[in-house]
Amino acid sequence: MLLNNLLLDISSYGPLGAGIGAGLVAIGVGLGIGKIGAGAVESIARQPEVSGDIRTTAIILAAFIEGVALFGAVICFLAMGA
Amino acid sequence: MKLPNNYNSVGYRRFFSLFLVIFALFGNKFSLSAQHNEKVLSNDNETISEMVEDELHKVEHKYNAAEVIAAHISDAHDWHFLTLGHTHLTLPLPVIIYSKEKGLDMFMSNKFKAAEGTEAHGHNATLYHNGYVLYNGKIFIGESTQHIETDLKGAVTNLATVTDISITKNVASMFVGLLVLTLVFISVANAYKKTGSKIAPKGLQSFMEPLILFVRDDIAKPNLGNKADKFLPYLLTIFFFILINNILGLLPGAANVTGNIAVTFLLAFLTLIITAINGNKTYWGHIFNPPGVPKWLFPIMIPVELMGIFTKPFALMIRLFANITAGHIIMLSIIGLIFMFSNNGTEIGTGFGVSLGALPLAIFLYCLELLVVFIQAYIFTMLTALFIGQAVEDHHHPVEEASH
Repeated sequence: MLLNNLLLDISSYGPLGAGIGAGLVAIGVGLGIGKIGAGAVESIARQPEVSGDIRTTAIILAAFIEGVALFGAVICFLAMGA
Repeated sequence: MKLPNNYNSVGYRRFFSLFLVIFALFGNKFSLSAQHNEKVLSNDNETISEMVEDELHKVEHKYNAAEVIAAHISDAHDWHFLTLGHTHLTLPLPVIIYSKEKGLDMFMSNKFKAAEGTEAHGHNATLYHNGYVLYNGKIFIGESTQHIETDLKGAVTNLATVTDISITKNVASMFVGLLVLTLVFISVANAYKKTGSKIAPKGLQSFMEPLILFVRDDIAKPNLGNKADKFLPYLLTIFFFILINNILGLLPGAANVTGNIAVTFLLAFLTLIITAINGNKTYWGHIFNPPGVPKWLFPIMIPVELMGIFTKPFALMIRLFANITAGHIIMLSIIGLIFMFSNNGTEIGTGFGVSLGALPLAIFLYCLELLVVFIQAYIFTMLTALFIGQAVEDHHHPVEEASH
């Protein structure tokens, strides 16, 4: 009942969608980079002498995932105007 | 000075931080505006008109975060450095426009003035000069008496557009970056010409050499193999161009060059051109004839592969643009918090209190952005080298050996 009233009161759904979208993007990035971090730290613990290689790889993969996340952020930004 | 033996138990040093916290919490009672003070102290004698004036004063000074951030992120026809009270420190830049009706026209951007009798306020004010209108950052042909009609999305419908090739803020900042790059690299090259490559480098040489060798040994050679030398100039150019423009964008009052999607579009477009031109038969063969795919999947695979040629540079473009712009927006928002809470500089106590929390956060995020600057330059160059490497690699036997 309250949600119905809330949705009826809103004049444009652009900013609402953008906010929810940005939150979902943040969740996705957090999960992805968290998994990379877990794998990287575990591998360094198993074999400390390749920690330099692992660190470089982890940073590169994190940059890729962040690229995808910012795709989503840009779309949210564009959605805010509508 | 000799401290007394019991200075710890005196207590005024111990309570200094407590006094600071109290000032921060209740400091909004101290303000620079005398009117505001009068309202707090003498509520009984206040007239209705004084209260209205007070509220207007507050509304006028209200900090508009979206406007400030948009003004810093987007391009402009002049270079606005800072505003002290009511004086703006702005560098006017040349405006060069071409239109079929009026031909080529060139003038400095401070000739743009508001319509007669009105005052220009704000960043995106509508300004006029000599038959041209500057509306919302874009130049159109129109007189100050004409009414500007916009459609629902804000685009102008009734005025003619011009081809705008002016030196805007981003172009001027790019020139500064190019000047820095030219000076640095010409001096490094001269140093190498004089002393050769067998002697240990010193000075500026010793700073640039690890970076250049890093691009050559860690980016170009693993991806391009024996063809690295052919593409190394392009890779080095891209790496240092992105790096210097990212770094310049972090300075206060700077232009947001690599956060401008036109600039990153051009860099990605150059990568696309170089990849397409240097693709050999194996590369194009893989696109139109993907190996290991049954013939009946070709109607799906070939369009997907063709789109894949374009999505890879598109991702490059969006990645660099969004990372740099997001970093700038975060910094501006955090520093803007101080302005928001202090009501644009009128309530200094609250502003001081907020700055106690906002400034360490801003410093931490600044360091993070510095890291992002280097990483983004590295990622762009590495992916470019990867794509070029995929285009020029020799024909491999279908059974591939493990690399590295």
